[in-house]
Amino acid sequence: MTRDPSHLLPAAEPVALIDADGRAIKGADGTAYPAPDDAALVKALGALLTARRLNDQAYALVRQGRLAVYPSSHGQEACQVAAAQVLDEGDWLFPTYRDTVAAVGRGVDPVEALSLLKGDWHCGYDPHEHHVAPHATPLATQLPHAVGVAHAATLRGEPTVVMAMCGDGGTSEGDFHEALNFAAVFHAPVVFFIQNNGYAISVPLSRQTAAPSLAHKGVGYGVPGERVDGNDMAALLAVLGAAVARARAGGGPQLVEALTYRMQAHTNADDATRYRDDAEVAAWVERDPITRLRTHLLDRGLIGPEQLQDFAAEAERVATHLRDGLNRDVEPDPADLFAHVYATPTPQLREQAALVADELSREGAR
Amino acid sequence: MTAVAEPMTASPAKRVETEPERGTLSMAQALNRALRDAMAEDPAVVVFGEDVGALGGVFRVTDGLTADFGEARCFDTPLAESGIVGMAVGMAMNGMRPVVEMQFDAFAYPAFEQIVSHVAKMRNRTRGRVALPMVIRVPYAGGIGGVEHHCDSSEAYYAHTPGLHVLAPATPADAYTLLRAAIASPDPVVFLEPKKLYWSKGEVEMPSRAPGIGSAVVRRHGTDATLIAYGPAVPVALDAAEAAAREGRSLQVVDLRSIVPFDDETVCAAVRSTGRAVVVAEAAGFAGVSAEIVARVTERCFNALAAPIRRVGGFDIPYPPPKLEHFQLPGVDRILDAVDDLQWEQ
Repeated sequence: MTRDPSHLLPAAEPVALIDADGRAIKGADGTAYPAPDDAALVKALGALLTARRLNDQAYALVRQGRLAVYPSSHGQEACQVAAAQVLDEGDWLFPTYRDTVAAVGRGVDPVEALSLLKGDWHCGYDPHEHHVAPHATPLATQLPHAVGVAHAATLRGEPTVVMAMCGDGGTSEGDFHEALNFAAVFHAPVVFFIQNNGYAISVPLSRQTAAPSLAHKGVGYGVPGERVDGNDMAALLAVLGAAVARARAGGGPQLVEALTYRMQAHTNADDATRYRDDAEVAAWVERDPITRLRTHLLDRGLIGPEQLQDFAAEAERVATHLRDGLNRDVEPDPADLFAHVYATPTPQLREQAALVADELSREGAR
Repeated sequence: MTAVAEPMTASPAKRVETEPERGTLSMAQALNRALRDAMAEDPAVVVFGEDVGALGGVFRVTDGLTADFGEARCFDTPLAESGIVGMAVGMAMNGMRPVVEMQFDAFAYPAFEQIVSHVAKMRNRTRGRVALPMVIRVPYAGGIGGVEHHCDSSEAYYAHTPGLHVLAPATPADAYTLLRAAIASPDPVVFLEPKKLYWSKGEVEMPSRAPGIGSAVVRRHGTDATLIAYGPAVPVALDAAEAAAREGRSLQVVDLRSIVPFDDETVCAAVRSTGRAVVVAEAAGFAGVSAEIVARVTERCFNALAAPIRRVGGFDIPYPPPKLEHFQLPGVDRILDAVDDLQWEQ
């Protein structure tokens, strides 16, 4: 065992392959991360456009009273798309409450994904169908689960890799530490993916950590860390793709920190002007992940107006599906209150269910 | 060197038995045997926690499991309870049946968020699509001269959390029966093992034909009053019944075995048959399981009661140091005094 930690340290600068103007970064070919193939980039642009449309549609649906609240990932869509795109079908994704778009990227129906925020039921989708865990609302508690899913797969000799998502604030929680430590000790195939958007609601990163970067935290566990430009789709696909491939090949866990920015408030209930300047937000508009990738692909002649129209149409189709689904009122079944507490309801729960059924029957009789 | 578990090999040959095997075992041995038998029958059963490997657990409940089943099936983890329980959640999500050990009652608290927010709620959150068949074993309660943080009766925290089953055996036979039932359960179980009974011996039937989760049993029949107890309080209640018999009073003893689900039927039938009852529990009484028992039995059996139900339990204080713990533990005299108070003059 080497005690030299250098192989665990992130590069001095975040990995970037395409600059803010959409140009391939000179010399980037020489990094450890070759650019993703063109088809993957074109596919990612389509997904990015759908992701943005979903974010903005969901945000609008809050204003229309169809969703209680929506923690938007507007501005962070490249992270969302990349996290889903680098996984194979048998892999698992563990999303936080801000990662609805990543869950949709794995195939979860957006209407079902937003059941939580519509108030119909906590988790509206079947986690086993697309291997997407329920949204984690408590911070970092999903990370030890991700390690467990990965370790179970290892024990059975299955090639599963788990993408465990987390925000910058979540890295302060004890479960972040315990999950990384467990993953390292058990050599679990987990990619810990931190979207560092600079704020935990209002609290800036400087109040979360004094570490040189969040990726540096991996050193303490023996987990390699890497930093990546979180608005650079190509760099994200390259870095996360390499981490997944490494984990699948038996290389163990990895920690990836993406530097990005939440363009909107924490949720629609938050007032971001109380803790950050307009100028700061404006600077990040210049680094928008969609503009960068679209410019890059147009400049290289990999897409044309027709392709963009197709992408826009697909995004609109998904938004319409979301709108229609959320505008449809489905009366929740009160029997569900008691049906899933245990595999078989206890005698006490059967009594309580009967009480509600009786209340309902008397209401109906009135 | 990282602890890379080797892929699981075939489990040891299944025990094929027509007639149940019987043996005299301590509770710790019975628990060990339950783990062994479950692991032999189902390769999805895995055991992990702190010191459960080479050491066999600080109470030796996991003795020999790593040697006999391999590092993949029984392994030590980093010393972090939230990580242990959280990892068990993930393993249960992905086809395993984890049985984890919390080393002592009060050392389980770092896992509290995982237990309350995830273990207990996963089935409900996902409308039954994700089940968590997992067992959290907790050596619990006092009476062993343990220093602080080693003697908590923490059952109320778990019993108050919908979605968990909470079991507390009082005999080696039930330790075997209930741990097998817990491992086989499709729902998560908090399995409370009374530390002071680990070395108590009794006859164990394997496989067990005793009732499983959700069933209380009458341990001793009697006609004058019913003592309701669970876990470490059961032998104390039986001693009290024995002492009362010498004084000419016939006490019945009900052993809950299963705190959640609660067996209202057996408990209420027992109380109705005597008309008087005392709940005996080691935990602090305020807002505890004993209070719940009194409330629900009174709600159901008020007309059959000749006196209010009394409670004998721990005081509402942090668990005392070893030299004072005998004040905290319910004993025969306090139980008999409470029985004497059940308005016999009427």
